[in-house]
Amino acid sequence: MILAIASGKGGTGKTTLAANLARAFDRPLQLLDCDVEEPNSHLFLPGAAAGEEIVTIPIPEVDESRCDGCNECGRFCAYHAIVSYGAKPLVFPEMCHGCGGCMRVCPQQAIREVPSRIGVVESRQSGKIALVTGRLDVGSAMAPPLIRAVKERLQPDMHAILDAPPGTSCPVIAAVRGADFILLVTEPTPFGLHDLQLAVDMVRELGIPFAVAINRVGSGDDRVHRFCAEAGIEIILEVADDRRIAEAYSRGELIVEALPEYRPAFAALAGRLLLGHNDKEE
Amino acid sequence: MKIALSTSGSDLSAGLDTRFGRAPKFLVLDLENGEFEVIDNQQNLNAAQGAGIQSAETVIRSGARALVSGHCGPNAFRVLSSAGVRVYNSDAATVAEAVEQFKQGKLKEAGGADVQGHW
Repeated sequence: MILAIASGKGGTGKTTLAANLARAFDRPLQLLDCDVEEPNSHLFLPGAAAGEEIVTIPIPEVDESRCDGCNECGRFCAYHAIVSYGAKPLVFPEMCHGCGGCMRVCPQQAIREVPSRIGVVESRQSGKIALVTGRLDVGSAMAPPLIRAVKERLQPDMHAILDAPPGTSCPVIAAVRGADFILLVTEPTPFGLHDLQLAVDMVRELGIPFAVAINRVGSGDDRVHRFCAEAGIEIILEVADDRRIAEAYSRGELIVEALPEYRPAFAALAGRLLLGHNDKEE
Repeated sequence: MKIALSTSGSDLSAGLDTRFGRAPKFLVLDLENGEFEVIDNQQNLNAAQGAGIQSAETVIRSGARALVSGHCGPNAFRVLSSAGVRVYNSDAATVAEAVEQFKQGKLKEAGGADVQGHW
């Protein structure tokens, strides 16, 4: 079972929920931090680093002695990562999506692929949680390939929670695609509702079952609740706007550890989402 | 010889756009006969990435041998240079004014990008 935690809006509590659900789950599981531009699940989950692997994408390297400047590569590349005027093609690695197309269309076979680093995948064990973190290099714009590299570490025999980046664009799609269920986290504000609606449209497009979690309930109004009721979307978790949660968060502590009274709700939800337990069984 | 100028308008009296990669249009002027064409660059105005590269390709395809713009970033400069298109920076208010500067030899050829990418 793969559970993805996503949201349209940033800062709604994706990582908080992902880390707390993971900790409240009563058996070993993987937590994949796919928010590779700003991964921070590890801040809640102390543990010894178990390894770091460099992730690369293939970028073209041109053998100028073979190139006749025909620009077939430039015409093929949708991202303008390679252009050729005359016999000296230019490569822009930061534009390259690593598709390999230029190499295939080159009539002179003048292009080969060389690896270009985009980031790292880090692993650590924190109690029962096997945490896998993707960390994109500063300056790299290629989040999706790194997110896919994180997801290649998914172990088929374990349950997994994916902490997705915010938004509704390519990195989010790369993160949530293949998930069995998506939990959309939002807050009860106009901003929370606006971005939730975008996220709902995205998830429906992907055809993945989902439900909504509302964080900081009591801080705004009831427009998110009304939207969910009208759209027939289940609100599967509500977390109160509790100052003690913010204080624990600011110290890098998990809610389920700092405030044990919240643990049953997170444990029940983790069981229900990952094991298919319904409320009656709990 | 043809020269290309970045602009937001459609004729010589229009303003010279300070941007190159994300200029709304390019005016390509034939210095021999004074005729010009205007090429739309709207697509690049909204590009997330690669606007300079694509705009440089547009200028190269237009047949221009020189570019006059407010500024030119590193990727655009690389592409233009590779095709032998010379780059000139100008602070002229209008396209016509920039053309005069060019004709009178008042513009110095740029040896590299004068701004960073995503300027």
